[in-house]
Amino acid sequence: MTTLVLEAAVLGVLTGGVYALMASGLTLIFGVMRIINVGQGALVVLGAYLGFVLLRQWHVDPFLGLLLTTPALFVLGVALEVVFIRPLRTDRESLSVLVTYALALGIEGVLGYLFGADYRQISVWYDTATFQVGGFHVAVVYVLGFALCVAILAGLGLLLYTTTFGAAIRATMLNRAAAQLIGIDVERVSAIAFGIGMATAAAGGVVFGITTAFNPGSHYDLISRLLTIIVLGGLGSLRGAIVAALVMLVVQDVTAVLLSPTWAAFAFFVVLVAVLVARPQGLYGLRVRERI
Amino acid sequence: MRQTWGAWAAAAALAVALALPLASLDPSVLNIAVFTLMYVGLATAWNIIGGFAGYISLGHAGFFGIGAYALGLLVGHLGVPGGYGPFLLVPVAGLLTAAVAVPVGWIALRTRAATFVIVTIAFMFMLQILATNLRGLTGGSQGLGYPAPEGWSPRFVDVPFYYAMLGLAAVAVLAAWWIRGSKLGLGLRAIRDDEDRALALGVPTWAFKVTAFTVSAALVGMIGGVYGYYVTYVYPQFVVDPLISLSMVLMAFLGGTGTIAGPIVGALLLEPAQLELAYSVGEARLYLILYAVLFLVVILVLPSGIVPTVADRVGSRRARQPVAPAPAPGEAAPP
Repeated sequence: MTTLVLEAAVLGVLTGGVYALMASGLTLIFGVMRIINVGQGALVVLGAYLGFVLLRQWHVDPFLGLLLTTPALFVLGVALEVVFIRPLRTDRESLSVLVTYALALGIEGVLGYLFGADYRQISVWYDTATFQVGGFHVAVVYVLGFALCVAILAGLGLLLYTTTFGAAIRATMLNRAAAQLIGIDVERVSAIAFGIGMATAAAGGVVFGITTAFNPGSHYDLISRLLTIIVLGGLGSLRGAIVAALVMLVVQDVTAVLLSPTWAAFAFFVVLVAVLVARPQGLYGLRVRERI
Repeated sequence: MRQTWGAWAAAAALAVALALPLASLDPSVLNIAVFTLMYVGLATAWNIIGGFAGYISLGHAGFFGIGAYALGLLVGHLGVPGGYGPFLLVPVAGLLTAAVAVPVGWIALRTRAATFVIVTIAFMFMLQILATNLRGLTGGSQGLGYPAPEGWSPRFVDVPFYYAMLGLAAVAVLAAWWIRGSKLGLGLRAIRDDEDRALALGVPTWAFKVTAFTVSAALVGMIGGVYGYYVTYVYPQFVVDPLISLSMVLMAFLGGTGTIAGPIVGALLLEPAQLELAYSVGEARLYLILYAVLFLVVILVLPSGIVPTVADRVGSRRARQPVAPAPAPGEAAPP
């Protein structure tokens, strides 16, 4: 039993890394633009389908395929921001939720039209390979996916904390008006942040597609988890999103072993309620003073 | 002037609605009418918290599901036979939904704006999981059945449901209308404009928000109950359906949130069109795409909705005519 629980915890950390990557894009978009991108889940699913098609049609390894799909989704993200989010002038925070929800439905509709409702999974030749560490069986794809996510998150951290553009993003997150006053083009920063958010969704989507079966409707489940994670971490906090993703996935996978897999997803939301009762601003709330 | 116009319009609409089943007993027309009235009620009920107070809930399908399950369980456990009996239990289903809405609102309303939206979405998915997992209570994914109404001919069977939905829609509109004119409605609008200032000015924001949320949820729950009885079988993914949440929000936005006529207009325009599309296009996926496009157009082109936009136009035209007395600017544009 202890081994099973430990194995579940290790798996939770590994999948938690993937969720951390997907959620980091979401919380970055919120931090910069103060909008919730409910379409993030649909873009993850889109990323998974892109990886699936690249492998099936052109036999491109999905991890290598990211070199194509992440730039493509980055451009798509910038375009979506310019066309759909930027025109929102009044009541942005609420209306953007509805707009991105509509985008999610549109993507679900297009994917469903092209691929049908059948569940798919990206099957790479190494997806059954495992190795043993200290008596645990660990699947290679999970470790690869985790390593990829850590690498991208580290890259994101370097971008944010060592470059001038990163400073512009952080300034916009702290105070949009003041950033504009000192000459930062916040509209451009917003578009690029949205693009980065999409690109992380594509990368997360490929790992998601390898480890999980998905269909066009999978985004509902994904987005409810991702939103829970970023609310738990505190909206706009990258560090919070990463910690929350790891905690949530470990809780979920351990619940699956201890109780039953059908209750695992429920544990997710129970933690959310518990945290909200104690700390409405989340673990690392960026806007503590505004919220209380 | 506006008051009498509104009253006449409401009376005329009610008269037409009451007479419709007499004019047409065609089941397919009545079927569309039942669903349209259902959404008139749902969008109006959603508007009480979403439009008046500006707290956008995307989880109202959760309350719809609670109502549908509550009525089904009541009818099943009390052994009520099919017929008019289940309708009498609809208010009880509403009370049960309200009993769930109070603690949910108590937690969710601690958060604001975007976080509130997220918490309501999470609540809805939580309920979906519960409905699927508590097999002993809800039947899980096998669904929960209602007794079939006995002795109602296929041509007549829609009529009682039509009047039940009409009654609930009327109750919802009356409740919204009464709240809008009351101190509660004033407080809710103050909360929407600036919650901190409203609190500082002495509005009991907490009590007002929870009250509006609970009333809204109870109305949605009662409608969910009638829906469950109408479709005779409730399944977790069909009553706790994100698209039901989204439809009520879209209808309220299309017509104009925060107004009384807005959600009604939105539902009357959208629901028949939506059902027609579902019948004619058939392909479920294409229907999703059309829905998404419609939603984007509404929000980008008509962000304040049909009713406020039209009222604005009429108001400014009147103001330009020198002979007619110019209405006060606040009067022409309902907030």
